[in-house]
Amino acid sequence: MEENLTQSIPTIDELKQEISLILQETEKDRESLIPILHKLTQRFGYISSQALYEISAQTSIPLAEVFSVATFYRMLPTQQRGRHVILFCESLPCHVVGGRELFQALKAELQLEPGETSKDQKWTLLTTSCLGVCNFGPVISIDGNIHGHLTPESLPEILNKYE
Amino acid sequence: MKTVRSMVLISNDPKSKANASQEVIAAFKLAIKNLELTDEVAVSTIPEIGMVRNLPLVVIFPEATVYAPVKPEDVPQLVEEHLFKGREVPDLKEKDPDTLRKIAWLTQRKGTLPAENRIALRNVGIIDPESIDDFFAYEGGQAFATALQMTPDLVVEIIKASGLRGRGGAGFPAGIKWDSVRKTPGKKKYVICNADESEPGTFKDRVIMEGDPFSIIEAMLIAAYAIGSDEGYIYIRGEYQLALDRVQKAIQQTREYGGLGKNIFGSGFDFDIHIHAGAGAYICGEETALLESIEGGRGEPRVKPPYPTTSGLWGKPTLINNVETFANIPPIVLNGAQWFKSFGTPSSPGTKVYTILGNVNNTGLIEVPMGITLREVINIYGKGIKGGQFKFAQTGGSSGSIIPASLQDTPMDFDSYRKVGVALGSGALLICNDSNCIVDSVRVLARFFQEECCGKCVPCRVGTDQAWKILTNISEGRGTMEDIAHLEWLSKGLEDFSNCGLGQTAGAPIKNMLDHFRAELEAHIKLGVCPTGVCPMS
Repeated sequence: MEENLTQSIPTIDELKQEISLILQETEKDRESLIPILHKLTQRFGYISSQALYEISAQTSIPLAEVFSVATFYRMLPTQQRGRHVILFCESLPCHVVGGRELFQALKAELQLEPGETSKDQKWTLLTTSCLGVCNFGPVISIDGNIHGHLTPESLPEILNKYE
Repeated sequence: MKTVRSMVLISNDPKSKANASQEVIAAFKLAIKNLELTDEVAVSTIPEIGMVRNLPLVVIFPEATVYAPVKPEDVPQLVEEHLFKGREVPDLKEKDPDTLRKIAWLTQRKGTLPAENRIALRNVGIIDPESIDDFFAYEGGQAFATALQMTPDLVVEIIKASGLRGRGGAGFPAGIKWDSVRKTPGKKKYVICNADESEPGTFKDRVIMEGDPFSIIEAMLIAAYAIGSDEGYIYIRGEYQLALDRVQKAIQQTREYGGLGKNIFGSGFDFDIHIHAGAGAYICGEETALLESIEGGRGEPRVKPPYPTTSGLWGKPTLINNVETFANIPPIVLNGAQWFKSFGTPSSPGTKVYTILGNVNNTGLIEVPMGITLREVINIYGKGIKGGQFKFAQTGGSSGSIIPASLQDTPMDFDSYRKVGVALGSGALLICNDSNCIVDSVRVLARFFQEECCGKCVPCRVGTDQAWKILTNISEGRGTMEDIAHLEWLSKGLEDFSNCGLGQTAGAPIKNMLDHFRAELEAHIKLGVCPTGVCPMS
């Protein structure tokens, strides 16, 4: 889902245009707010504060409500992220089959703590609850692609595949 | 393909191996092949059998006949007599009452095969999930056609009579829910399929949606007809991209066939389904939070009552069922309530889909009748514990319970589990061996609730955070005995005062730990050591 995200920061005009394009396809009612935010995330990788403002202006939903909805959901980021987003599953099923050791190795390899983005904008490391592929644990998701049965030893090979 | 009619279970623990169990297994496979029974007889092994004198031991289902000790040279005779001609071999049967008592857990399912009974998963892996024609070829649509011949009241009666209980975790009788929505006056009613499956360790709904999306649509059509609704939603977890695509395609194909929309198949009945993709919030699996999310708001649970059956989506009566619950509907309508009740236990009829995870040799998904035991799951389906001894199992994702080894012979159904103070939950079975620390595991669970709490009500917001901090302190060697009292108080407070199911069950793992593993917890505090060496204790 996050594969086709462009990383350049969109200009306000681009944002305005994109949002009005999305709104041509959907209704401007409250029910469409989450689908609209989903589409913006797919397009730009995150929802900037200008984007929140524009959605509010074009749909007449109060800005505070747009903001409160966007920040409630994990898949609607309001901060810019790195080129590749790593989700590490920290739920118990992965934890008991080696997830604990894997997380230490992952943090050391990337030199990042959860929630941080690397200085070169390459990686963002996030933790997540269950990704629903527990029989392949421990599991990480990189840009939506699942990598399972990982060990601290097999980790560098996977990470090296990403530019 | 013929259906499997018999199953041979052969003990394969170290002692059996010393007595040539490997040769016995090979001999069985060969003899079965020679008599061309391969399609009809399944062969499986039991890696742990306990302290039994005569090994290797062989159990043949569905008769549950026990033969022991079996030598490789006995096998051709056994296969020919028992499996081919259907006659038991009295000379080889195990007669020692002590052994028979010890392996009662194996033989208690006499009359059935310890193989899977697939109802909810009946089409998964068999049909092409992207082809409605394939679905029709496997009885697809027939249940809906049957339902259309009945009155809506009769459909509700059948579901009620079947005793089907909600498979999302709470186990509420589905028929009563349907009846309640049907009887609530109102022109506009909604049918919602809750596919926001986010319980850690649970992925049964994903497999059903990816493998058999048409059955969900068919079940929603039946439900809509029964309760008098013309609009439905499927709320699918945003992370499940493949499931989203497949269900989207299935809806489109059904619509093209005239199975959704106005005047369906000329019956005068209208129904259509929308998909709503979740956006990454565990709490949205709670039914009222799910409604808030569809309406475009923050997924914060509402105060109940009123229940969604009377005031749900946009204040209208709404039927919300889990994916697995819906997947059971078409077979029930087609085969009747009595057929469904022939599976499972009297209080929890039918089958249940479980995901087996953790420290077992074979992880994955099974569908078996309600009422089998954890021991059976671990040894027959999980092929035994990987490394060490069985210590505890965690059911139903994070809102389930921690089941200590002492409860592994309790039948797994909603009521038997409730009686011993644990919960079946949504169907994840995380099996943990003795290298796992209970404090560490409960800390991870507490962290999950702290992270996923929506923040609406104070008991949950503050309670889950406190629980996590206390457990972290204990695991890092800073625990005090007052912490235990505090945890006790917190788990009770969370259960009593939280608004929704998340908060009410967040204390359950803590309570289970205090009930069954208090000594291990106290060792962390009094002795300053983690008995399994997992916690940092720095």
